[in-house]
Order: sequence, then structure tokens, then C-alpha cells
Amino acid sequence: MTRTAALLLALLASLAALPAFAGPYGLSVAILILYFAYAGQAWNVMMGFAGQLSLGHALYVGVAGYVAGGLFFHYEVPPIVGLPAAVIACTLFGLVIGFLAFRFRISGVYFALLTIAFAEFTRIGFDHLAWTGGPGGMFLKVAQRNTWDLANFRGPPAMYYYAILAMCSLAFVACFFLLRSKAGFYWQAIRENEDAAQALGINVFRWKMAAVAASSAMTSFAGVFFAFYYNNLFPEQIFNISRSIEIILAPVIGGVGTLFGPILGAVVLTGLSEGITESLAALGWEIPGVKQVFYGLVLLGVVMFLPNGIWPFLSRKFKL
Amino acid sequence: MTALLRVEGISKSFRGLKAVSNGSFELSRGTINALIGPNGAGKTTIFNMIAGVFAPDSGALFFKDRPIHGLRPDEICSAGIGRTFQIVKPFAGLTVLENVMVGAFLREKTAAGSRATSLRIIEKLRLKAEQPASTLTLPDRKRLEVARALATRPELLLLDEVMAGLRPTETDEMVEVFRELNRSEGTTILLIEHVMRAVMALAGHVGVLHHGEVIARGTPQEIVRDPKVLECYLGEETEV
Repeated sequence: MTRTAALLLALLASLAALPAFAGPYGLSVAILILYFAYAGQAWNVMMGFAGQLSLGHALYVGVAGYVAGGLFFHYEVPPIVGLPAAVIACTLFGLVIGFLAFRFRISGVYFALLTIAFAEFTRIGFDHLAWTGGPGGMFLKVAQRNTWDLANFRGPPAMYYYAILAMCSLAFVACFFLLRSKAGFYWQAIRENEDAAQALGINVFRWKMAAVAASSAMTSFAGVFFAFYYNNLFPEQIFNISRSIEIILAPVIGGVGTLFGPILGAVVLTGLSEGITESLAALGWEIPGVKQVFYGLVLLGVVMFLPNGIWPFLSRKFKL
Repeated sequence: MTALLRVEGISKSFRGLKAVSNGSFELSRGTINALIGPNGAGKTTIFNMIAGVFAPDSGALFFKDRPIHGLRPDEICSAGIGRTFQIVKPFAGLTVLENVMVGAFLREKTAAGSRATSLRIIEKLRLKAEQPASTLTLPDRKRLEVARALATRPELLLLDEVMAGLRPTETDEMVEVFRELNRSEGTTILLIEHVMRAVMALAGHVGVLHHGEVIARGTPQEIVRDPKVLECYLGEETEV
């Protein structure tokens, strides 16, 4: 454990120093990696810990992005206020989906279908709302890129980098403690066997609702980050099912239900695929779609040789 | 002395098939009781009604004079009734200790408290705390079922065929565990059992179910001499 803690601190220190060395492109890749690590960690709470498969986590990213972005765009409400509003909105969405599913005992793939359905009709709904700008999208004003303005979440790329790094670290610490708390034990019990969990006095409905609430609330931070980092929101893109899949790839590759899985998966997928694209471009080969091929190969490799993900394999191998 | 558990005329049918009809009995505090009967006699159905898996069609269940029929399994457990599963259901992805801690969290607020309680129970049942539950042998899985149920600190422990599949020496060990538990903690036990060796050694009171009805009650010695019981186990005597 102490060795793991030392490794973690070293990792955090080198990550904190990264903006001093990395160029703008390197920094943007690092932000992307951390973004997927964070969103994956949030998804992992629901699926990895509590065993509830969501294939519609883009819903929470989108709703949070639109709530905080829309408040800023229409009323100039700073994201520091927009963020709590987004968290509340996403948690409510999550609770409604959870209530419908768990109350009527929908589980497994049917639960996953329900999460897709919600993301889909929210996408269609937002496409027809004037407030969101519809399919034409919503564009946040891009201003001031030199000074750090945290309240308005406006600043240079390094600010976004440190923000997402902080989010990742906090999420990691939060999940670490969650897993060791009553909630973590109860979620894992539900994941492993619902009947046995219930026979041990666990109110399965309530604890599943708690997992959905925690996961959707965590994901909403990613949504707000997304909105203010990219400054544009389109329902067609942000709620797209491919976005939901993107979120789950990192934890699936890295190891579902593990603390390091989402981070490791994001590094492998985003880091290596960007790396390959770049190196090929440097050699003068611009191959469109090479990233997708790489994703496919990595997925194939993991499914065939490491069905529990990369992290469980590494932790066994190196006794971390 | 008032009964810890009172079962009053409960009945349950599945699609018109009567599984239990008008079953009544009482369990006194601190006793070890067994419910026996041939396959399909309704033992598991009665067990499941007490454990809250499903509610009786009619009749009533009282635990410490409080009605418990219609409560969910988790509410039953919180009320103080622990159970094991006939087909063991370990949390395979967790260690033995983690499995037991899940149960202990019902009464313990902190992870440290839950851990301490669990380690005590694990030692008592001679399990290895850090062993992954997926690698346990069947007897150990049965012990894990018991350990997890005990961690919820039940006043009444329901054991569903917990001896089935155990070798005679393992059965004797398990019997000793329950005796000790009953002696030291005063836990009331209701076991559903096929293994007569365990029933004879352990139970002070035995009820016999046949075709969903309680046909006999008494001490193990009385039961094995009861002609009605012999009849349902061995078939009717016929003149040749």
C-alpha cells in the first residue's frame, strides 16, 4: 500500500509539472486523457461498484453542459453558480431513471436500454428547444485567455489542465474512501448478488438509487468542464451514444470496478491513439480512421487476453 | 415465556398448487428447532415466508410480537432474523472478510467496527479472512453463508439445508458451531434439514411437514418413533 501511495504521489507531482514541459498540443492531449479518466471514474461508481450498466452517461455530460452553459450564455450566470445547478439537474435526471428502473425491477441489459433511451430523447428534446439553440448549437463567448478567471472558468489551457487534474485527483480520493465505506461494501454486494445482499439487510432499491445519484452528480462536473473548455454545445454531438460509449471505454479497458482502471484506460486509449496519429503524421502519413482502428485493436486485445482489464493484471503482476 | 417467532396459520399456493396450508408453530427464545419433511413438503416455502422472500396468502407471522408478514427481506433482517441460502450465494468478487463485513455493516457504523466483528466471526467459523470467496470449497462456502448471516447479529437464525453436501465430520463440526453459538449468544435457531444426523444431534424441537401441513411435533426421539412420520418418510405399511 505504501509503495502504491508513493507511486501515486510521484505521478501526481509529474502531472502537476507537466504544463511546464508540454506544448499546446501535448497539453490538449493531457486534458483529454484526464477528462476521460474523470468521466470514466464517475461511470465506474455506478457500473464498477454497484453493477448497474449505464450506456447513456452522455446524458449527464450534456444536461450539465447545457445547464451551466445556458445559464452563462443567456443570463451571464457564472459557472461557479451554474455548476451546483447542473449537479442538481443531473442528479434529478439520474434519480428519475433509477426510480423507473429499480421500482419496476428493470435490470441488466434492459436497464442499459433505458439509459440509452433517456439520452436519446433528451437529445431529440434539446434539438427542439429554442433555449438550447436547437441543432444550430450554443456557443459560449470565448474571452480572455491569459489570466485565470476561475469563477467564470475562463483562462489559458493550463487552467483547464489543472482544473481537470484536480477533478481527477478528488474523484480518485472520493472513490477510494467510498469503496472502503458502508456504501462501497453495499454496492459491491448488490453487484455480486442482489438476493444475498437483501438478505443481509440491505435496502437494495435505496442503495442503487444512491449509486445512480452519486454517479450522475460526479458526471455533471465533467459536463460543465466540457461546456466551458470547448465553448460549443450541439445536442447531436454531446448526447450521441458514441459519446456514452467513449466514456465507458477507459474503465472497461483499464478494469471495471477498480480505482486505477479508468485512469489507466484513458492513458492507454487516448494517449496511445493520439501518439500513433501524431507519429504517423510526422512520417507524412495522414491516415483517416487510424484512431478507430487502434481503439478496436486495443479492445480486441483486452477482451481476448485481459478480460478483467489491464489494471487487475498489472496489480497482480507487480503486487501493487 | 412468550415465543420469539409465532407462525399462525400461514398458507401459500403457487398457481393453485398448495405449498403450505395452515401452518402454525412457535419458536421459544434460545431454542434450537428443526423443520423436516420429504422433498416438496413445503419447508423452503415456510422458510421463505419467514425470511420475507414472499408474503403468505393468509395467516400471520409475529417476531417478538410484532407482525412481520409482508415485510421485505432486508426489513426482516433488520428486525433480527438472519438467513442462509440453500444454494450458496457468496459475493464471489470479494474476499471472505469483505463478504462478512457486508453483513456486519447492518449494526456497525464504521468500517473498523465492522471489520473487528467480522474477524471474530471468521475465526469462530475457521475461515481465512483474506481468501477470495470464489476459491472456497463447498463446506467453506456454507460456513461463509453462516458467517455472513451471523454478522448481522440475528436473534433468530434461519438455516436452509446448511449441512447438505457436507461430510459427516464436517457436519459434526458445523453442529458444534451452532451449539456453541446457541450457548454463548443465546441465538434461537431454526434449521431446515435433510441430514438427520445433524437434526438428531442439534435440535431440541422438531416439526415435521408433509404435503404442506405440520403433521408432527416433538423432541427428535419422539419424532423418529411417530408412526405418521415413518409413514411419510418410508411409505405406508401394507400387508403382503
